[in-house]
Amino acid sequence: MDPELILKDVHFRYNSQWCLEGIDFELKKGEILGIIGPNGSGKSTLLKIMDGLLKIHKGEILLMNKPISSYRRGDIARCIAMVPQEETFRFSFSVSEVVLMGRFPHSGLFPFEGKEDLEITHQSMHLTGTLDLATRSIHELSGGEKQRVLIARALTQRAQIILLDEPTSFLDIRHKVEIFELISSLALTQGLSVIVVSHDISLAAQYCHRMLLLDKGSVYKIGEPAGVITADNISTVYQCPVLVDKNPISKTPRVTILSKRGEDKEETV
Amino acid sequence: MRGDEEKRVTPLKVIYIGLILSGTLIIIALISLSLGPARISLKDILNWFIGYESIDQTAWMILFKIRLPRILLAGLVGFTLSLGGVVFQALLRNPLAEPFILGISSGAAVGAIIGIVLGLGFTFGIPLLSFLGALFTILLVMGISSRHGGLESSTLLLTGVIVNAFFTAVIMFFISTTSDSRLHSMLFWLYGDLSQSKYVQLSISFPLILIVSGIIYVFSRHLNLIVGGEESALQMGVEVEWLKWISFLGISLITGVVVSFSGIIGFVGLIVPHLMRMILGPDHRLLIPASALGGAVFLIAADTLARTIISPSELPVGVITAFLGAPFFIYLLKTRGSQWTQS
Repeated sequence: MDPELILKDVHFRYNSQWCLEGIDFELKKGEILGIIGPNGSGKSTLLKIMDGLLKIHKGEILLMNKPISSYRRGDIARCIAMVPQEETFRFSFSVSEVVLMGRFPHSGLFPFEGKEDLEITHQSMHLTGTLDLATRSIHELSGGEKQRVLIARALTQRAQIILLDEPTSFLDIRHKVEIFELISSLALTQGLSVIVVSHDISLAAQYCHRMLLLDKGSVYKIGEPAGVITADNISTVYQCPVLVDKNPISKTPRVTILSKRGEDKEETV
Repeated sequence: MRGDEEKRVTPLKVIYIGLILSGTLIIIALISLSLGPARISLKDILNWFIGYESIDQTAWMILFKIRLPRILLAGLVGFTLSLGGVVFQALLRNPLAEPFILGISSGAAVGAIIGIVLGLGFTFGIPLLSFLGALFTILLVMGISSRHGGLESSTLLLTGVIVNAFFTAVIMFFISTTSDSRLHSMLFWLYGDLSQSKYVQLSISFPLILIVSGIIYVFSRHLNLIVGGEESALQMGVEVEWLKWISFLGISLITGVVVSFSGIIGFVGLIVPHLMRMILGPDHRLLIPASALGGAVFLIAADTLARTIISPSELPVGVITAFLGAPFFIYLLKTRGSQWTQS
């Protein structure tokens, strides 16, 4: 089957220095691709580029086999949904109102939703377990709840591709797992293609089919988690000594930070 | 509790709330028509309306040459300033934004005064310069206060204060240095003066305001999305830059026009949209018409108070709106400021 999204030799810069250089990879249908890399390696920029929010300076991005630059904004919104790291609503919209906003790319000039929109909204709230929150104000939610609501809104957009920007950053371990479980089940049951940027390397390795390690704007390594997450790769790119072994249960790579103070103070990420 | 599935904004709900507010508007206008130094009772007016009774020449003059045009102008000005408030609050993602606080009203007033000094006409020339003054101020305030693509509350408000202070000084300079007798009477105008209303001005501004608010209403869903952030709105297919330009042009146009007729009236765009948001929720499909109509009701009431409270003398209507608006602003800043000032 044709890949959903193809990046060929993509270059991008904010000013004179290249921020992304020679990026090549493709996103396959139904795949979860994890993007990892140190702060400033260009992860968020890469997401924005894939969503067509930033124009590239060199190379090509194909969305469903057509250059992304040939799409109008609304057309992209029907193919790609983005879950931002955080979103501040200045006025207290209710959860169901926020999720319903995801129908925007599918609506015409008449500014009100129809029955179908409500059904789709209900479905995505059901899938994300946010139905109980429907009447709550978006301001009252905890980090994990809000993240699920934003995912529900992305699902309501009925896009084939979902991009998530560090969805687990501000969450505790239980909620981190919940988000990854949700992403994983969506890819499986809905056939969605997912790209998730994450700092939770070991956790992402348990759920992603492939991982991409980004280093200073270039792809350092891409492939199955076991091939990408090695002590050598992570230590070099993050410039921090780590130990990588196998998670005894999932058999996926597990990263342990080697602290400089001695071996008794180790921490797993 | 609001916002569950049944309380979602539907066309029916918009019409329903619209009718209630229009009814309120008519009632308040009728009451205002009956109030003033010359006693003409509401009953007499209503009886005359249904052709049951006739009224004398003097009463007719007072009602239709003095009070009615003033009430209509108050309604249009309140409608426009409140609409401007809602739109700015959404576009700048800042709940304290409002034409007066951002300095746009005084920018429009400077434009109007320059028009007067140049000897332009009150029907077209002065409103045009007033519009240019408003537009210039919007671009100035946005230019000064935008950093890293975002507009931070405190910077935006400070910029508004400074721009306001500067433009007020410019206005005072013109008023003090010129011997033009028309300008001397404009001191009153600095705090809002609705007494100079003329039907010809009303008949030009009414269709203009109607068209602009109709265009803005088409984009009410887009404004909902912008409240969640420009980038996410763009992601979902809102042409953010284009929408901003359309709105800024439209709002400067109608704000400029009404300021040139009424002078500077503050806080309407702050008080009314906030009250409406508290009652009806933040969805712009309902909030825009409700705020605009509510603004009309509010300013007619405020102006009626201004012209009757110290009768036979009058207060500028801006004094009333500032008496109410400044404490309201402080209340909002104290109770919700922390939630809003983070960018």
